[in-house]
Amino acid sequence: MNAAHLPIQRPRQAKLLALDSGGNIRHVVRSRVVDLFRRDDLVISNDAATLPASLTGEHLPTGGFIEVRLAARRSLSTDAIRHCTAVVFGTGDFRMLTEDRPKPPELTPGDRLKLGPLQATVEAVLGHPRLVRLAFDGSPAEIWEGLARHGRPIQYSHIAKPLVLWDVWTPIAGPPVAFESPSAGFALDWNALATMKRQRIQFATITHAAGISSTGDGELDALLPFDEPYYIPPATALAISHARMRGGRIIAVGTTVVRALEHAARFDSFVRPGFGLATQRIGAGTPLHVVDAILSGTHEPGTSHYCLMRAFVDDAALRGLDRDLNLHDYRTHEFGDSIFVERNGRGGESLEQQFPAA
Amino acid sequence: MLEDSDHHILNEFRGLRVAITGGTSGLGLALVHELLDRGAGVAFIARRREGVVRVMREHAGAHGIVGDVSKKDDIHPIAIQILAALEGLDVLINNASDLGPTPLALLADTECEDLERALATNVLGPFQLTKALLGTLASSAREDRGAVVLNVSSDAAINPYHRWGAYGASKAALHHLSRIWNEELTAEGIRVLSLDPGDMDTPLHAIAAPDADPSELKRPETAARELADAIGNLLSSMHRRPKLMPEAAVR
Repeated sequence: MNAAHLPIQRPRQAKLLALDSGGNIRHVVRSRVVDLFRRDDLVISNDAATLPASLTGEHLPTGGFIEVRLAARRSLSTDAIRHCTAVVFGTGDFRMLTEDRPKPPELTPGDRLKLGPLQATVEAVLGHPRLVRLAFDGSPAEIWEGLARHGRPIQYSHIAKPLVLWDVWTPIAGPPVAFESPSAGFALDWNALATMKRQRIQFATITHAAGISSTGDGELDALLPFDEPYYIPPATALAISHARMRGGRIIAVGTTVVRALEHAARFDSFVRPGFGLATQRIGAGTPLHVVDAILSGTHEPGTSHYCLMRAFVDDAALRGLDRDLNLHDYRTHEFGDSIFVERNGRGGESLEQQFPAA
Repeated sequence: MLEDSDHHILNEFRGLRVAITGGTSGLGLALVHELLDRGAGVAFIARRREGVVRVMREHAGAHGIVGDVSKKDDIHPIAIQILAALEGLDVLINNASDLGPTPLALLADTECEDLERALATNVLGPFQLTKALLGTLASSAREDRGAVVLNVSSDAAINPYHRWGAYGASKAALHHLSRIWNEELTAEGIRVLSLDPGDMDTPLHAIAAPDADPSELKRPETAARELADAIGNLLSSMHRRPKLMPEAAVR
């Protein structure tokens, strides 16, 4: 698959591959995504807004240029911004593949960093020379102002122009807690939500601090996803109970929603409202207690997002899905096309019945 | 002195998270004071850091943010700081305004740049900031906290006063924008108000009408109280979650 290189959230030609629980594949225009949902389904999105998590500056002990990409946090509390896990890059910028970026100066605990108006200390090196825990100086208000004014959203070499936050905030973006955009949500705009409401398709949100998705370093990428804090509002937990009672499907918009809901329901399949820290990895053989289907971007084999898809369908089905994505020139990455996948064994009307072949 | 009947409205503001643009003078400053008094969490935005620092010093608990809503690039830095300060948002008050040319001028004598600036501040600014915060407001609505956008309007939005062309045209656009947005967002549980606070004794009015007798103008504190009452009445009609009205706070 080719990467989508224009930062357009909802291009008119965006495509969607739908794989139903019976293994049937359909291709639809993504702007008609709501047609895949049914009355009483509950569609759940991640309303996290994307932080300007890329900070450039100086490693003060050596004077070397660095780019710090904030990558994870332990809590959604706004004060928790003081301490972040970060991946540090050396010289160069987003036009260079992350794989090709020079290493930063050697980082050791106690090193001071100057990042625009912000100053931070390396508290710990976390088992990899480029993975650190940072402590920012100043009050939370000062840190937020510095971050808001100096930070930029994490950039991608496959996007031709520098991204700004207008590009990466989903239409429903709320709490600024995600390090990269929960981009599956690009598919849904306010018009889609209004259409869903008219058709009595329910909608709810969770907040999940989506961490960094890729570092360009095989060793680091093997550690992904990092632990991610989340919040499930009471209204969402209630909506899940209601949808289940009515026989509606729980449809997750994006992998982060799957991770949060399944973590919250890990003990007894019951989604409790409140805060949590998703620590689990989801993959082949992981039982899904809550989520019946996922609307997601297209993912390449080997990524943690792709691995998560293996909890929904078996490898043969995924191979068939990949084959179709390539055959039909689907575009991948943040601004690419989408897939809608029902998990194996979920009953109900198949997509084939909903979209009979012409 | 508050009457007993006012307590119902007062309660609507306990735990409410409110952001006010143009919060360092005139009506905006009076709103900061009024809403803090009523128990709301308040963030305010203004362009000049010295004014923001001064208002924060004079109003303990108010979160000041430096930014210019007329600049698209400032919108997300402002939104991020609002959401970090208040951990969400229930009420957005788009109050910051630009008069256009000063002294006021006939439209034919208005420079294009003056009209652009009035439109950027009075129309695009509220549009951009509201758009950036819409997800948060919708989330508040889903949680039954209530979600309100108040756009501060003017009778110049309706009446074609001589020399008020840039301001009047921009406020007319904001008024209609508010009405359409209210139609579109009511189903999401978000209400959008456009209210005229009346002619007030404010620095803005003094620039626009330097010969006006201040004693004949409304005090901004009075207008702030009226606007807060309007928001409170609307919130109380939106069946907000009872936990936001702790009885203990009334006794």
